[in-house]
Amino acid sequence: MQVLTAKYEYSDDILKITLHGEIDHHSAKAAREEIDLKILEYRAKTVLIDLQGVGFMDSSGLGLILGRYTHAKEAGSVLKVINPSPGAEKVLRMAGTDKIIPIIHRKNN
Amino acid sequence: MKKAVNETELVFSAVSENESFARCAIASFCAQLDPTLEELSDIRTAVSEAVTNAIVHGYRDSGCGKVYISCKIYPERTLVIKVRDKGCGIEDIALAMTPLYSGDPSGERGGMGFSIMESFTDDLKVVSGVGKGTTVIMTKKFSPFTFPSASSENG
Repeated sequence: MQVLTAKYEYSDDILKITLHGEIDHHSAKAAREEIDLKILEYRAKTVLIDLQGVGFMDSSGLGLILGRYTHAKEAGSVLKVINPSPGAEKVLRMAGTDKIIPIIHRKNN
Repeated sequence: MKKAVNETELVFSAVSENESFARCAIASFCAQLDPTLEELSDIRTAVSEAVTNAIVHGYRDSGCGKVYISCKIYPERTLVIKVRDKGCGIEDIALAMTPLYSGDPSGERGGMGFSIMESFTDDLKVVSGVGKGTTVIMTKKFSPFTFPSASSENG
C-alpha cells in the first residue's frame, strides 16, 4: 500500500508542499494536521500544493485541499494547486474546486 | 439481464486501511477488460467512495462490521459493482446524494462522494434501510476493445 507523504520547501514567501502517494479517507487523516501546522508555522504569502506525485485521489482529497485552502486563508495565505496528475485533476474539476482554487501546470518545478 | 461471464466477491473489515485494498482488488479484476487508464482510474475512485461511505457512514467509523463487494462482468464489457454494508442505513437518500451535503460533521470529506460515483460510472443506484444497511450498485460500460494494431492504423 502506498502511503501519503508530504515534503515542505520554503523560499521567497512561498511554501511548497509536495504530496506523494494516494489520498483517501485513511491517508488524508494523518496528513491534514501536519500540513495545517506547517501552514501556520510559515504563514507564507503563497502556499502551493504539488499533486504531481499523487497517483490516486478521491473526495477525501477534495476535502483535504478545500480544508487546507480555508485554513491557509485564515492564516493570511493564498493556496494554489500545481501539476495535478490526470486523475487528481479530474476529481478537482468535477467538483468545481478549480473555480475557487487555481490549478497551475508548470514544467520543472 | 444476461448472465455474468465472470464474477468475484470480497468481504473485509470496515476499517479505513481497507479502502486502498478494495479499490486495488477491483481494479485488478477489471484488468481483463483491458480498460483505458482513465476508465481504470474512474473505477478505482468510484469504489473508494462507496467503500469509504460504508466505513465512515454505514458503520460510523466504529471499525466494527464488514463490507461486502460483488463485482460482475456482463457481455458487452459491462461491469456491475455492488458495495454493501449492514450498518445504520440512510434515512433520506435524496438528501445524502445532494452535492456538497455531508453527514460527516468534521467537514473534511467534502460531501462529493455520491456525485463522484455518479459522474465516474454510467449508472448509480442506492438502496438503503434504516438499521439494515446500504447497498450501492454501480454500472460501468467500458469502451470497445481495439487491438493495438487496429488502433495504431487509426492513429
